[in-house]
Amino acid sequence: MTTISPQPVTMRSRISLSRIAIYAILIFAAILFLVPVYMVLVTSFKSIDQVSIDTMWNLPTAFTLQSFSRAIDKLLPNFINSVLLVVPATAISAILGSMNGYVLAKWHFRGANIIFPLMLFGMFIPYQAILIPLVQFLQSIRLYGSLPGLILVHVVYGLPITTLIFRNYYAEVPTEMLEAGGIDGAGFFGLYWYILIPISLPGFVVVIIWQFTQIWNEFLFGVTITNTGSQPITVALQNLAGSQIVEWNVQMAGAFLTALPTLLVYILLGRYFIRGLLAGSIKG
Amino acid sequence: MNRDRATAIVMLLPSVFLLGIFVYGFIAWTGYTSMTDSNALQQLSGLPSNFIGLKNYTDLFTGTLNSRFRIDMVNTIFFTILFILVCLSLGMGLAILLDQKVKGESLLRTIFLFPMALSFVVTGVAWKWLFNPTSGINALPKVIGLPPGKSQWFISQERWLEFNWQRLPEILAIIILAVVIFFALRYWIKRQSMMAGFITAIAILLGAWISFGGAASLNGLKAPETHGFNVALIAVVIAAGWQMSGYTMAMYLAGLRGIPDELREAGRVDGATEFGIYRYIVFPLLAPITLSAMIILGHISLKIFDLVYTMGGGDNRYIDMPGINMFFTTFRSNEFGQGAAIAMIMLILVAIVIVPYLVTQLRSETTL
Repeated sequence: MTTISPQPVTMRSRISLSRIAIYAILIFAAILFLVPVYMVLVTSFKSIDQVSIDTMWNLPTAFTLQSFSRAIDKLLPNFINSVLLVVPATAISAILGSMNGYVLAKWHFRGANIIFPLMLFGMFIPYQAILIPLVQFLQSIRLYGSLPGLILVHVVYGLPITTLIFRNYYAEVPTEMLEAGGIDGAGFFGLYWYILIPISLPGFVVVIIWQFTQIWNEFLFGVTITNTGSQPITVALQNLAGSQIVEWNVQMAGAFLTALPTLLVYILLGRYFIRGLLAGSIKG
Repeated sequence: MNRDRATAIVMLLPSVFLLGIFVYGFIAWTGYTSMTDSNALQQLSGLPSNFIGLKNYTDLFTGTLNSRFRIDMVNTIFFTILFILVCLSLGMGLAILLDQKVKGESLLRTIFLFPMALSFVVTGVAWKWLFNPTSGINALPKVIGLPPGKSQWFISQERWLEFNWQRLPEILAIIILAVVIFFALRYWIKRQSMMAGFITAIAILLGAWISFGGAASLNGLKAPETHGFNVALIAVVIAAGWQMSGYTMAMYLAGLRGIPDELREAGRVDGATEFGIYRYIVFPLLAPITLSAMIILGHISLKIFDLVYTMGGGDNRYIDMPGINMFFTTFRSNEFGQGAAIAMIMLILVAIVIVPYLVTQLRSETTL
């Protein structure tokens, strides 16, 4: 068996040719996807006198953190606002969603298959359709313009997706597991606490990451129901970018700072992020 | 057990109550506001608003002062079509390539999907810089010594496919006629002469109605008003496609991974080419994903706000959208009634797309 038939050789070379094409296209696409990242980073590490049209694609001649310190000056209070907003809003909507998901997945009652779609519809509506009453309502309960008001809004409109993710998650828990618990005398809360909660960690990770990203990135509520003191970072970034004096390097540094928390979460916990993403299309 | 079931319902009630008020109560409230002439001046002086029926809606479609809304409608339609096309083709292409057992797949996937983790505001700021007509992408050819690009990107004032809004009823009627004729032909070809005859009769009636000026008489706009595809939208489509095509890629990739290898193997045994396997096995199995993706992307584009607000700042009519118009009408011009009407139209458009989807998704789930 010293001779090798010619056929496999040509097969292999043909395959490798198409392999090369596949890699070439993928790498080219990856480069295109990264162009905005390159641009943001390159611009934000330049000083303002280095930002010129002729050299905008070049690497900075001297790295400087000047634009970052300017962006931090402007955005830090809003960054803190966003943290103060995201943490409680995510936690509350996750806990409520977990309870709702448990009820809807394991306690069938009449009307549940009408209530659930009606709840879900809330995550698809254009929020413009509830914005005018929302502002008037928040004004009447004196929460307009405040972070607690914004937290309330994000909790309520986060309920559909957190409920959906937990309902689908708990639906996969075998009912026999709960029945076994029921025989041992555990009631509604006992089953939830001793059987479901201990296995809920992955569900909570998906929901927390999703809510964290959504609320951090949100803009419409942020711009309509806050005042200057309580604006989240996306609104402050938009103000920075919309100001008359266009300091591109500071804008890019600001964009980078705004993106950083969600980007870190995505890079570290991407697997769970994708699960939340696919849950948004109902069945995944 | 019955007491536990009662507890379960009680535990669900707070969320149902909150969503009932914040979603349905508020929608009803907006719906009512949209039929009044409510505005800030009235509220400040303590005057009640007047009920004016559907006037805000007819004004939006036919009022001389409301051309901005009609621009938004045309922009939304063109944007939605292009955005869906870009995301579907890019998403599917990347997913198929990534499914070829490539090395470094997870790194590539991370790169294609990371824009999904960003805020539309961040995307807007970054692409505004790239689409700056005097720099950015236009300056790229200069790096290798070529003359700079000349596209005006998102501030372009160019317009293609222009038409007169007054002729819109006619144009729509002709499109419907074309669809009707298409179905008539299909039934003729299938030799189902009952249906074919029936549909042909409809087509003849519709055609007669159009040619005798029936559709033209529906126009309520007094002066001619030109609309069309604003070229500036291309820049917004690129930015939005950059952000969202990773999402379709992830959906398709999940779908491709769900196709059992045995199916493809069976195809190969039967002598199908790689292309044939995709044409006859893979694509039909991906069709439901395409439909889901179209609906999700479509409803996102109908609602789009942050990206356009960041890129256009609210003044750029060439990329204006209903969401922006609603915001400025309501919170800058303080015309609550008019703003509410725009919001209700957005809601109706989204509901047309989403409600059938929700119903079918949840129904197929319960039969499983």
